[in-house]
Amino acid sequence: MATTITVQIPTALRRHTAGTAKFTCGATDVNDLFSVLDAQFPDLKPHLRDEAGEIRRFLNIYVNEEDIRFLGGNKYAFKDGDEVLLVPSIAGGV
Amino acid sequence: MSVATVESGVSKSANYTAHYELRCRECNKSWGNQPKSICEDCFSPLEVFYDYEALRGEFTRERIAQGPPSMWRYSALLPLPRNYEPTLPAGFTPLLEAPRLARELGAKNLFLKNDAVCLPSLSFKDRVVAVALANARSFGFDTVSCSSTGNLANSVAAQAARNGFKAVIFIPADLEPAKILGTQVFGAKLVRIAGSYDQVNRLCSQIADERNWGFVNVNLRPYYAEGSKTVGYEIAEQLGWRLPDNVVVPMAGGSLITKIKKAFDELIQLGLVEPKNVKFFGAQATGCSPISTAVKAGNAEIEPQKPSTIARSLAIGNPADGHYAIKTIKNSGGWAEDVSDPEVVKGIQLLAETEGVFTETAGGVTVGCARKLYEQGRITPNETTVLCITGNGLKTTDVLAGEYEAEEAIAPKLSAFNQYLESTLDIPEAVGV
Repeated sequence: MATTITVQIPTALRRHTAGTAKFTCGATDVNDLFSVLDAQFPDLKPHLRDEAGEIRRFLNIYVNEEDIRFLGGNKYAFKDGDEVLLVPSIAGGV
Repeated sequence: MSVATVESGVSKSANYTAHYELRCRECNKSWGNQPKSICEDCFSPLEVFYDYEALRGEFTRERIAQGPPSMWRYSALLPLPRNYEPTLPAGFTPLLEAPRLARELGAKNLFLKNDAVCLPSLSFKDRVVAVALANARSFGFDTVSCSSTGNLANSVAAQAARNGFKAVIFIPADLEPAKILGTQVFGAKLVRIAGSYDQVNRLCSQIADERNWGFVNVNLRPYYAEGSKTVGYEIAEQLGWRLPDNVVVPMAGGSLITKIKKAFDELIQLGLVEPKNVKFFGAQATGCSPISTAVKAGNAEIEPQKPSTIARSLAIGNPADGHYAIKTIKNSGGWAEDVSDPEVVKGIQLLAETEGVFTETAGGVTVGCARKLYEQGRITPNETTVLCITGNGLKTTDVLAGEYEAEEAIAPKLSAFNQYLESTLDIPEAVGV
């Protein structure tokens, strides 16, 4: 069965998605998701990746409210119905 | 620029002209002045940059000495709206010599920056909130908000009440009772979240997207964080306009240590102190130590952790400024340490017993880590070293439960007291009474 995930785009990134706040796709993991994002929102690509093509340091990815780094990071395989949230650097604390 | 007058510690005419704007810390793009914390080009944090040349001659020792005995004496180097009139005398807390603690730690030249007595809410957060709310007003917000591990909640609630804002505060549900009560008493709306601080924080970044509220540590964060610089200015001024050799700073999000560094750099750049390479030492609880773990392993980036420590005010597993905190520590030749929960309690007790300063768990972390740093020889005794005590022990008394047993009451008779003394205390017999 094909995997469908929902991806939420925060306000700071919507300038580059023509206002799109949410979309669904069949990405299988994080690397695949960024390939989908690159293809679907070409304006977003240079903002998501640095000069070396790496995903930018301050972009956090959450899956169903959990930081993806606790789920295995790049190795995590998206499950059908996963809700993925992109959040730029978050603040707080001493 | 008019000179601030002194009245009850509050400047009545801080009529400074601001020479500042937001820029991206990574790509350097300018974003002017607006409630925004993220660069929309590269998603890196924004930082307040100043026109230091314009400030040369305005930010001087003499001008500062004429200012009020509060953090507002440094208003020229804070991002404050034009004609801003502060309503509270936050900051300018004591820098205490700590000879008895020094003896215990094998040190000689030790100081405490005591923000356990910072006003109005007894933590260093009063500094950052004061700057954030000044900007919240000028940006037109009528509701202010924050995600908090406790101290920030207290400070936002108190200063919102003082300044006529509505306040909505988000906290992890398991915070210390005193920090919950100390928020509600000011009339703030307190929202308890069944999750960790990192989850609360992520939620707040989503809420900030939807609501037109001034989140002090989200959309107002670049301005808010600048308030921390006043800790650094005060340390330098209170040492007689010189920089210490070492500073030991507790770390949660990692912001404070970077802002003290920025303050020292600004003082050097503007000629208020002699240049000096101050070593920065970061302190964490072992149960939440993403920054100290990275420093010890030689990593430039953070691996997030799930916090498990009594030092709840430092329980941030995914520190937003972790990358910059690591850089500050490494570039200065400093180090980072962490201590267990029992060591945190011992640190609280040691500071109280030796210097009469009752600090919360974060202060216990700082004292415990300082002990390790002296033992390791990373800090040497004769160097001038400042420990940053950032919060008050009355807020975290729960961690001392069981440390002091309540003894049975004795009869109100002198004979009963003398008997009690003989049986319990090692005190010499009274002479000549």
